[in-house]
Amino acid sequence: MSERQPILSVRNVSKHFGGVQALDKVSFDVFPGEVVALAGDNGAGKSTVIKAISGVYPYEDGDIFLDGKRIAFATPQEARDNGIETIYQDLALADNLSIGANIFLGREPMKRLFGILPAIDRKRMAEAAKETMKRLDFHVDRLDAPVAAFSGGQRQAVAIGRAMYWNARLVIMDEPTAALGVPEQRKVIALIQSLKAEGKGIIFISHNLRDIFEVADRIVVFRRGENAGERTPGTVSADEIVRLMVGK
Amino acid sequence: MAAPQLQVNAGKSILIRIAELRAWLFLILLIVFFESWARAAYGMSFIVNLYNIQSITVFATVPLMLALGQTFVIISAGIDLSLGFVMGLSSVVAAHMANIAAAQLGLGPFPAMMFGILAGIVVTFIPGLVNGWLIAYLRVPPFIGTLGMYGVARGSAYLAGGGMTVAVNNEWYSVIGNSRPFGIPVLVMIAVVAIIIMHYLLSQTRFGQHTYALGASKAAASRAGINIKMLTMRIYLLSGLTAGLAGALYTGRFSAGAPQAGEPLLLDSIAAVVIGGASLFGGSGTIWGTVAGALVIAVIQYGLVFIDVEPFWQFIAVGTVIIISVLVDQAQRRFIGGRQVE
Ligand SMILES: Nc1ncnc2c1ncn2[C@@H]1O[C@H](COP(=O)(O)OP(=O)(O)OP(=O)(O)O)[C@@H](O)[C@H]1O
Ligand SMILES: [Mg+2]
Repeated sequence: MSERQPILSVRNVSKHFGGVQALDKVSFDVFPGEVVALAGDNGAGKSTVIKAISGVYPYEDGDIFLDGKRIAFATPQEARDNGIETIYQDLALADNLSIGANIFLGREPMKRLFGILPAIDRKRMAEAAKETMKRLDFHVDRLDAPVAAFSGGQRQAVAIGRAMYWNARLVIMDEPTAALGVPEQRKVIALIQSLKAEGKGIIFISHNLRDIFEVADRIVVFRRGENAGERTPGTVSADEIVRLMVGK
Repeated sequence: MAAPQLQVNAGKSILIRIAELRAWLFLILLIVFFESWARAAYGMSFIVNLYNIQSITVFATVPLMLALGQTFVIISAGIDLSLGFVMGLSSVVAAHMANIAAAQLGLGPFPAMMFGILAGIVVTFIPGLVNGWLIAYLRVPPFIGTLGMYGVARGSAYLAGGGMTVAVNNEWYSVIGNSRPFGIPVLVMIAVVAIIIMHYLLSQTRFGQHTYALGASKAAASRAGINIKMLTMRIYLLSGLTAGLAGALYTGRFSAGAPQAGEPLLLDSIAAVVIGGASLFGGSGTIWGTVAGALVIAVIQYGLVFIDVEPFWQFIAVGTVIIISVLVDQAQRRFIGGRQVE
């Protein structure tokens, strides 16, 4: 039987900002259909490592492999084109546009008006939106409605739907539940489970240990820019994770 | 697996449509008002009168041109204060160039006119590109950047005209400005073509769609991979070009290029867009709304003269309509309960 290949492999990656060593030789893997939680105290380097993966910052040392190929993206767009979709906690969507228009923003499907003039194919956008939201069990009565009135969890669903529609293989979520109330947090956790069921690799950053224990297959703990340990939720207590985080 | 049920109450979006229709409703109310007045006071019709319709639509044409470009700018959450004098600059350059083309280059009236119009439009590339560059690349707020350009364009327009209006003696140019084949003014035909093109750009193309997205959330637009700097450049370039067309047409209408041609029209262009249902916070507005907004202003201005009210009442009436539009808009937004984004 051949070894299962990770979607993403981070190997000894380092990065500093001026005198601050934000990452010091960190390593971890993400396999298909797996949720990897990054845990760590404030300033541990969680956001920095995902920004190195998604092309926001260059990294200085070490290697990042996507499907076995070394990557060093110059822009987030390049990362997205290669199947890495990042969802931020501020849930930035174009409020005045529909779900479909948000999913397709920047990549709108075109048709020909009267056989000549290029025009945005809104019907196709609406159909794709319906299809995608169905996969997330997200029911909308009006697909052409702007997303302005959506709640935080519903907006998160649109962002996740976007990642799903574009067939991202790796979905990175930096504190996706931080801006949400408790019921909405539960919904987002369920959405992450549907992404996982589709075989995506997921990196999930959260300060909420309960969420981490509920959704993660593996917990990678960072402390001051270094790997502090790696555990599976079934075999570890929350206390132990906290001890790894603070180093006692 | 127990899936989450996220129900979205989206039925209210119909109200957003109503917001777009608000300006047309205003227009109808105004026409009904002037119609009743005209019948009661003079025993004649206001609107079933070809001459009045021609006058109102011609009257609306030039401010509408400015408002078409301004619509894109305002939807993108910007403002273009330079449009009025960019229009003046174009008007003077068009007049000069049409004269030079006839006198120095020996062109016939039609090619000389075309040369003038093209020159007037091409010259607006400069203020359009500079506005876009200041706002997109140097991060100057639109209000400040285009206010600076307001001064620069104003000075350039007066310098180009030698401080005066520049008379044009070109029979073709006055045909464009004043003739009415089959009762339809040529200016209005040109305006209709411009409306259709701008409506297509805004509602059917990626450029238009991205303009809406930019106005709603810069972060969302740029994370979606849209080159927002280039988009901003294109928006201000387009707005300069519509001002260029407005200036070149003005020169035909009055057979003269005037540096101050667009001065009173800048505020009318913003008013038309706002009455047309756009929000100055960006993200909303339509070309059809702006068309209705420009007609509302033209009907008020022409109608008050028609019923023989002192002209100063125009300002009060247009100002009141702007304020009412914004109040209605805010009330609707509260009612729809959209999320306020910082
Ligand atoms: N752009 C930057 N410039 C300078 N220093 C930075 C920058 N980004 C992060 N750092 C520093 O790098 C270290 C790691 O920060 P990072 O944001 O990755 O932490 P984090 O684990 O995401 O923390 P939190 O849980 O608070 O989000 C911190 O010391 C932080 O101050
Ligand atoms: Mg962080």
